[in-house]
Amino acid sequence: MKNFFQYSLGDRTLIIYAAIFLLFLYTPVLFLPLFSFSKSQYMMFPISDWTLERYVTMWYKTKLREALYASLKVGVFASIISTILGILVARAMTRYFFPLKQSLLGFIMLPLAFPEIIMGVGLLIFTIFVGLELSLITVTAGHILICLPFSVLILISRFEGFDKNLEEASLDLGENAWQTFIRITFPIVGSGILASILLTFTISFDEFLIAFFLSGEDPTLPIYIYGQLRHVKNIPYMLALGSIILLVSFATISFAEWIRRKGMKNKKFTGIFE
Amino acid sequence: MTTLNFFSSSETFKAYRLLTPSLLLLIIVFAFPIIFLITYSFWTQDYVTIDKTLTLENYKTVINKSSYHVLIKRSLTISSLTTIVTVLLAYPMAYFVAFVVKERKLLWLIILTIPFWTSYLLRVFAWKLILGYNGVINGSLSNLGIIENPLSFLLYNPFAVFVTLAHAWAAFAILPIYVSLEKIDRSLLEAAADLGDSAFKRFWRITFPLSFPGVLAATLIIFIPTTGDYITPKLVGGSEGIMVANLIQIMFGKANNWPLGSSIAVITMIIVTISVILFVIISRYLISRIK
Repeated sequence: MKNFFQYSLGDRTLIIYAAIFLLFLYTPVLFLPLFSFSKSQYMMFPISDWTLERYVTMWYKTKLREALYASLKVGVFASIISTILGILVARAMTRYFFPLKQSLLGFIMLPLAFPEIIMGVGLLIFTIFVGLELSLITVTAGHILICLPFSVLILISRFEGFDKNLEEASLDLGENAWQTFIRITFPIVGSGILASILLTFTISFDEFLIAFFLSGEDPTLPIYIYGQLRHVKNIPYMLALGSIILLVSFATISFAEWIRRKGMKNKKFTGIFE
Repeated sequence: MTTLNFFSSSETFKAYRLLTPSLLLLIIVFAFPIIFLITYSFWTQDYVTIDKTLTLENYKTVINKSSYHVLIKRSLTISSLTTIVTVLLAYPMAYFVAFVVKERKLLWLIILTIPFWTSYLLRVFAWKLILGYNGVINGSLSNLGIIENPLSFLLYNPFAVFVTLAHAWAAFAILPIYVSLEKIDRSLLEAAADLGDSAFKRFWRITFPLSFPGVLAATLIIFIPTTGDYITPKLVGGSEGIMVANLIQIMFGKANNWPLGSSIAVITMIIVTISVILFVIISRYLISRIK
């Protein structure tokens, strides 16, 4: 590793720029955990008294626990279903040549190119029109829709390097399709599948706007937090809750990104935007 | 020939069988809702009853109401500004990871991607804490005796929306630009250097045009969602900073006029699509001039 002064002037400028950029990216978010430990109602420096009280007492809020449970349920279903659909799509796209291939892939990716507000109100109108009740099920359906493109992108880049001769060899040697999947396919693409589940879970868990329109009587956690932010006295609790969410998402995403990109080590790290 | 046909059609069958569940989902959860949204925009509402005669009434209302125009224009201005600034800020960062970082690229990419996936609501809320009346800046400045009264111009205006959006989306622009920079064949740059091109010329004639697809992707990834952003204008925009998504939400909430809300949503969708197409055509033309 080179010492800072061994870089050219241009590169040194870029290194300093990168440091400032990271500071800009991360500092605002760090105020949440910082002020969650402050005893004062107001978020200001200097912080004189520290407390852990919010981290303990917020769990007594029944509504908070219910919202957390709702988000976990929605997240688990949305991530698993979108990943299963993603596996099927990625396999079709990487294994076969067929008419309309690019258009169909484009159609599946289309929700990425739509402002969420449009999908939110569209789903609301449709749900009410066909006479369904707004519930966590409608939220889950909306979340599967926005998670699927990410799942497909992650899994296509993983399935691409997959040598199909391995599967054929296994079938020729008398294994059935299920055994082949478990013993050959899964070990190769498994880390991509896990990465897809973790990333789509986080997307669903943090999603606000679609849940805002579709959740009806059962709020998900972001909707609950949003409602609490209106009352100044509740904000410190939301800072504590938000800090935990950030920490958990941070850990989940780091892990998912690590296994996802590590699995693509032989290629350049180009990732989901390819 | 027959075997080939049979082979390819069975491939087609297998592929379609794999795609069917996803396509069904998209038709039900995506295509139908959009079709219903468009249909609704041609209906009208009289208090609580929906009149299903097709009419352009809502569109006329939107066209004649200048307060709606203000919101639509503001949304486009804020999101264009956010897009330009974010892409300009992200480019050097992407360039840094692609060309300067030699070891631990993976770690850099992960650090830069994490904000992409973590809670948007909380990241936006952090700015409300920073800029607010009793927020970090005001509170700290008055505690230190620098100001007497809180600075009220920090929060609840279009500028606060712009700053918050630029921060919330800063990381989104890096990845696509990085991907296109990483793909550039380094021998092209070496060849240009050998032939005596200056660093600036190499960048302008080779690196920049080749990274352009990434810049284009980054622009779209930011412009589309920020135009329709709801939470940022709601939390930090105040009455001067609200945008078109807030208007749509009001129509579906308090104002309870779904058909009018639908027509505003459809108009937003059309304006975003036209802007994107124009942008792609113009920028492709400009980039071909460089080459």
